[in-house]
Amino acid sequence: MSVLAERKPSTSTVFLSTRNKLAYLKEEIIKHKTSYLFLAPYAIIFLTFTVVPVVISLFLSFTYFNILETPKFIGWQNYIRLFLSDDIFLIAVKNTFLLAAITGPIGYIASFLFAWFINELPPKIRAFLILLFYAPSISGNVYMIWTVMFSGDIYGYANSTLMKLGIINEPIQWLKDPEYMMSVIMIVILWMSLGTGFLAFVAGLQGIEKSQYEAAIVDGVKNRWQELWYITLPNMKPMLMFGAVMAITNSFAVGDVTAALAGLPSTDYAAHTVVNHLVDYGTIRFEMGYASAIATVLFIVMVGCNRIVQNLLRKLGR
Amino acid sequence: MSRLKYNPKRPNRSLAGDITNAVVLLIFAAFTALPMVYAICNAFKPLDEIFMFPPRFFVRNPTLDNFRDLFLLMAQSWVPFSRYIFNTLFITAVGTAGHVIIASMAAYVLEKHRFPGSKLFFNIVVTSLMFSPVVTAIPNYMVMAKLNWLDTYWALVIPAFGYSLGLFLMKQFMITVPDSLIESARIDGASEFRIFWQIVMPCVKPGWLTLIIFSFQSLWGNTGGTFIYSEELKPLPYALNQILMGGFARAGVGAAVVFIMMIIPIIMFMITQSNVIETMATSGFKDE
Repeated sequence: MSVLAERKPSTSTVFLSTRNKLAYLKEEIIKHKTSYLFLAPYAIIFLTFTVVPVVISLFLSFTYFNILETPKFIGWQNYIRLFLSDDIFLIAVKNTFLLAAITGPIGYIASFLFAWFINELPPKIRAFLILLFYAPSISGNVYMIWTVMFSGDIYGYANSTLMKLGIINEPIQWLKDPEYMMSVIMIVILWMSLGTGFLAFVAGLQGIEKSQYEAAIVDGVKNRWQELWYITLPNMKPMLMFGAVMAITNSFAVGDVTAALAGLPSTDYAAHTVVNHLVDYGTIRFEMGYASAIATVLFIVMVGCNRIVQNLLRKLGR
Repeated sequence: MSRLKYNPKRPNRSLAGDITNAVVLLIFAAFTALPMVYAICNAFKPLDEIFMFPPRFFVRNPTLDNFRDLFLLMAQSWVPFSRYIFNTLFITAVGTAGHVIIASMAAYVLEKHRFPGSKLFFNIVVTSLMFSPVVTAIPNYMVMAKLNWLDTYWALVIPAFGYSLGLFLMKQFMITVPDSLIESARIDGASEFRIFWQIVMPCVKPGWLTLIIFSFQSLWGNTGGTFIYSEELKPLPYALNQILMGGFARAGVGAAVVFIMMIIPIIMFMITQSNVIETMATSGFKDE
């Protein structure tokens, strides 16, 4: 540093020392100070509550920390324990991947298809259907109604209907029996899957210019499926990418729904997800270091999966 | 060509296709609506209908008993119920207002100004869309503890200001504001803040209405979680969830609770729907 500080500013414009670069940067910052002032409130809050926590989480995942004592560095111990000796974590990983692999793609494709179907309808009906399809994902904890419908007693709507039809003789414990739990949860998640991505698709479809479809007819496009493939999908690429991010992020973050429907912990951990495991260690057992390791794994999986899918979608229609 | 015969106004559409379309939509609409209709019906069912066997889907003798019971129950609660309502209204209103203003200011300079670090910052925000806040829940708690914000409204309100989806949507929507408009205001000598507040913000009304909706949705359902432990600071959903946990004995009141929690966000969305759709049209990820 002292060497740099002692060096006289070079008169040559070609030679840019570190010091000149810093001076240049300072000049730039002063020049754009209004921009930085506008950005500052958001940037400070975003950094404090999003970026800093990610860094802390990464750090804590290499420690033993129970909130009361100072964190103790233990290297890779948490990760080793997580993958080699925590059987329940492996169950949680299996459940999470199962849920994500089924509800993620189905929810994503359904969001697009229904947005596309709706697009054919007159504006009034379209507005109503958008409201109807989007409603489950916004109305707080309305999914609780499914606990009434799939209640384990004979008053549950599912049980009583099946009993009336003579398909079953005694009530099924939908949310207690590991055999049925996951299916019910998947139905509920799919029910709520037409969210932000769906809105983006609806909006994107409305934004495609009519002239493009007219030109396509001249070029020999014969039916709606060809229209979809040659015109609609390529035009929708930015929205498809955005929708994919929303779908992946949400499908790996499933936890509230499983806990509300099947309980925490669920019978035999049959509906235990990684987020449930994280909550279990973080807020019940207070093993913060271990919980941070779970969070870090989840973080890497979410971002990694998003990157892979983004790259795949980018190749679409190229 | 047969396709022209069916409907000349809508080429490339067949009758069979339109019928399939309508049928598929109807089936899915029924699947989506069923639980919500059930929730609405349950809220107006008298207790003997809720526990009827076999259960009846629709309500036969609609009554407001459940809502009356809910209000009676509220009146008896240890913390006055109006306090829970105030807490949620306060958190939602302040959190939403702050988020809209702060995120819009940031979005404006990120889209319309060029300055060192702007691209990098926006990329970090976009990356943060790729993970859910659950992964940062634990360190967030520690940050709150360091700031001494635990058990205050700020623990719920301030992080809501930095909600990244809001900034992303707003920045994308700012693209629709013509640069020439800003430039001419600048030549007329308007200050940067005045340009933002009096020219840009009115132009992006659908954008901030959308931010209001999304922010409202995330704050409205907030139970306070681990951040709030004083009973008198707990938001409404926490109190309503407590009632819901009453199970069998509170089935009627519970149904009324589900109804109230469901209907308010739906009404909010209904009012702003066209603005939200307009904003979402610009939400796409640009191909780099």
